[in-house]
Amino acid sequence: MNRARLGSIFWKEFIQMRRDRATLGMMLGIPVVQLMLFGYAVNMDVRHLPAAVLDLSHTQESRALVQRFEATGNFRLTRTARSYDDALHLVDRGWVRAAIVIPEDYARLMKRGGPAQIQVLVDASDPTVSQNGIAAAQLVGQRQNLEIVTSRAGLAARAERLPLDVRVRPLYNPALKTAIFIVPGIIGVLLSNMLIIITAMGIVREREAGTLEQLIVTPLTRTEIMLGKIAPYVVVGYVQMTAVLVLGSLLFRVPIRGSLLTIYLVAFVFIVASLGLGLFVSTLARTGAQAIQSSFFFLLPNIMLSGFMFPREGMPAFAQWLGWAIPLTYFLQVLRGVILKGVGIEALWPQTLALVGFAVLYFTFAVQRFHKTLD
Amino acid sequence: MIADAGSAGTDPRAADAAPVVVVRELTRRFGALTAVAAVSFDIRPREIFGILGPNGSGKTTTIRILCGLLAPSSGEATVAGIDVVKEPDAVKSRIGYMSQAFGLYRDLTVEENLRFYGGVYGIGAAIRERIGWAMETMRLERAAGQLAGTLSGGFKQRLALATSLLHQPPVLFLDEPTAGVDPAARRVFWEIIGELARGGTTIIVTTHYMDEAERFDRLAFLSRGHLTALGTPPEVRRAFGEGLSLEDIFVQLQEKNG
Repeated sequence: MNRARLGSIFWKEFIQMRRDRATLGMMLGIPVVQLMLFGYAVNMDVRHLPAAVLDLSHTQESRALVQRFEATGNFRLTRTARSYDDALHLVDRGWVRAAIVIPEDYARLMKRGGPAQIQVLVDASDPTVSQNGIAAAQLVGQRQNLEIVTSRAGLAARAERLPLDVRVRPLYNPALKTAIFIVPGIIGVLLSNMLIIITAMGIVREREAGTLEQLIVTPLTRTEIMLGKIAPYVVVGYVQMTAVLVLGSLLFRVPIRGSLLTIYLVAFVFIVASLGLGLFVSTLARTGAQAIQSSFFFLLPNIMLSGFMFPREGMPAFAQWLGWAIPLTYFLQVLRGVILKGVGIEALWPQTLALVGFAVLYFTFAVQRFHKTLD
Repeated sequence: MIADAGSAGTDPRAADAAPVVVVRELTRRFGALTAVAAVSFDIRPREIFGILGPNGSGKTTTIRILCGLLAPSSGEATVAGIDVVKEPDAVKSRIGYMSQAFGLYRDLTVEENLRFYGGVYGIGAAIRERIGWAMETMRLERAAGQLAGTLSGGFKQRLALATSLLHQPPVLFLDEPTAGVDPAARRVFWEIIGELARGGTTIIVTTHYMDEAERFDRLAFLSRGHLTALGTPPEVRRAFGEGLSLEDIFVQLQEKNG
């Protein structure tokens, strides 16, 4: 490698990036827009499910039960059903996500000491939504049961007096806000997706513009050409990351508990790994359309399997293995570890080493795939 | 002003001077198609050597092999003392190459293109002086700050020539350099080429303009990948019968092979 030649190709790539205003604007604008979208819109903590009530009992007891449901905050009673079929119909049409059905004999059976049955219809087509609804409904039932049992035993129905009191203490994100969990992940998803697509176009663009032939007839080596292609985007990657971090802490109050230096250092390895993957795609593709198509192949797994949206613990073994083959999986653990838990590099070196491995692997693949000939 | 890469003294174009380019039985196949079929020729120092032929005759393929851009299927080729079959990358710092289509960066200015290629060829401290030389010789001063994509055909062609000469290569390859350039610009171009050859550069040119063939010291006719004639313009004319122009011969050769 020759420093003068490397310097020249860095310089040229930077000028070209600066001149391409549309792409530059996109690279800097998209992170901001996506952060807003994800940060505000993605909320997996489902509250206020619209629900219908079918109260066939029409008693003081049944009304008390309905109030209890409403008091959880998980249900918002928007409709009153006239019949069981009507309740089903409301769920079918999507007017409500749940329906609480209280039978005619509810109060009578309760007075007699039960058991009384009530039914909660839950739209389980979206598992996240339904799980919240189901959990809330069961909780209502348990509370009610406890009260009845304790009062029968002659004790005051007060939770403090119960023999076992399980207190859960949520660490790192005590308010369980989704944004705090999502924002660090957005940094990783944005970086990898943008950088893969942009560099996937790198070599292809030279080919399509007809400049590749003149470039490869020079003494530039393959490694120099490849390094030149990724250098400007390392800078872009850092700008994107900084924008998301700053906005994340301003808008969503995401605390940054660990060392920023750690994030920035590990990010370098991650950025190079993503760029290497993009370059590799670029050397496989003959046209821009092919490059975009093949980079999409990597984008969805990034979101689905890396643990960005869905917990990897819930995935079957093969999906977890696939996840281990995605650089983002490791970087997410680093981001969340440092930002939310405040852990240092000493706890994250396995992830960091894995990222170094990916960076070297992809970059070597790209250089090997790229030939300085036209056939 | 122009690089003197050849040896001084006796006329290096004499037939006994050691050839700069040696091509032996060079063959290149693309699948079932044979683009270049067992072609052999030598090019002497300071020659302006023309490779003529219709489209698809193998001119560009031949030049690309000599520049290390394509591997031949078989045969040998040496350029400026380097075996391009074995060491296609080693030849790249010793040649200048101007591709058929405009291959420079349209989103860079004239000056930026020159700076980039100067840096890539590693000309170091001399870069300022060489860019000055290129601007003056190629008459580019007026367009220095203009984006290359907005230049006219003649300017584009001279800029491409300038970038291929910044590192003062002893051998220069020009693939259809005058295609799509107006007659006045073509004349300027050939004046510059003549001056370069007198300065010691060996120049290999492909063209399908027969009126340009008279400017070559020697020429090779290619037809469907085969070498069908080789020699100075008068030699080629004599071989095909007096009174015929090169254009007549060209058409004749093409009909015979077509």
